[in-house]
Amino acid sequence: MSVAIDTAHLKHGFENAVLDSQAIFRAALNAFSFPGKVQVLDRMPDPPPPLAPATAAFMLMIADLDTPVWLDEGADTKPVQDFLRFHCGCPLVHEPDEAAIAIVVDPSQAPRLGMFAQGDELYPDRSATVIFQVSSFTQGYSVTARGPGVKESNLFQIDGLPDWFWRDWTANYACYPLGIDVLLTCGAEAIGLPRSIHLET
Amino acid sequence: MVTPANKLSPEQARRRAWMATLAKATEVELEEVWTGLRLDPDYTWLRRPEFGSTLIRARAGGTGNPFNLGEATLTRCALRLADGTAGYGYVLGRSARHAELAALFDALLQTREHGDLVGNDVIAPLAAGQAKRHHEESRRANATKVDFLAMARGVSLTSNVANEDKGYDKS
Repeated sequence: MSVAIDTAHLKHGFENAVLDSQAIFRAALNAFSFPGKVQVLDRMPDPPPPLAPATAAFMLMIADLDTPVWLDEGADTKPVQDFLRFHCGCPLVHEPDEAAIAIVVDPSQAPRLGMFAQGDELYPDRSATVIFQVSSFTQGYSVTARGPGVKESNLFQIDGLPDWFWRDWTANYACYPLGIDVLLTCGAEAIGLPRSIHLET
Repeated sequence: MVTPANKLSPEQARRRAWMATLAKATEVELEEVWTGLRLDPDYTWLRRPEFGSTLIRARAGGTGNPFNLGEATLTRCALRLADGTAGYGYVLGRSARHAELAALFDALLQTREHGDLVGNDVIAPLAAGQAKRHHEESRRANATKVDFLAMARGVSLTSNVANEDKGYDKS
């Protein structure tokens, strides 16, 4: 049996669960509808470190008892586990490919994209959504996004992703309709990268 | 899955008992004793009262195999006192205040400062009243109990011997 939740130091969830969830859902929907465009997920001012406010808000909005969650080594701390178990009630899994949602706070040590659940031909939706916490949306790689939801092309900047990410993304894009979806978060901001989007650096 | 009572520590067993008492008490009863206590502890919400449903399982006759009886509305909340003690309220029905009071009492019962007071002045009388009501109800129900028994009428209802004798094809 798992260890009891440390309620004395537990961080609060949404102030208003209904309205905050709706606002975050809308923002997340926009993030995946307009790939490469920065969205603000700012309803979570005080998340348990090392989770970014946007990461925590997204988890509170979407994770529940049916969402196995994988945490990378940096995120796999007692405060984060307690936060997710108490507020989302989600099971925490040990292997990346068992997760419906994966949280990566240290992209340099992240598993390659192919290690996460890719879905299968009959159920492409049984794939993972992976959250990468990156260091900046204003510096680093200039990335061009092309595909559904983008008129011609969309240029954005990312810092804090490993070099292999872009090669892996090309492979991920080629597997369509299989493959993972990625949410990049930085502070209270997020960028959605659905598997249907083509990226060039 | 419910943990059997003998697997719980004494503290857990006591807490389970008082949480059950608080859940079975009515909102009016709790409100009354709460006002009587004149306590006004500071607390913050960990989880604001929310409604949900829970699956009720039962056993036929109290001893048979468990089956799913149906779903019931449940209100739950969790709060934290200024000293860090967390209280949980899980009550049937849709009363945010009932769940809140249950969580407040649950938290106070765990504190050194108020635990004994609340235990003696709130939980003990409530539990006694509930036990009395339960006893009263089962006494009334028991008075209407009917025992059914099947009378033997010469032919055994469970035996196939008669059919076999008549040569019925059993395949």
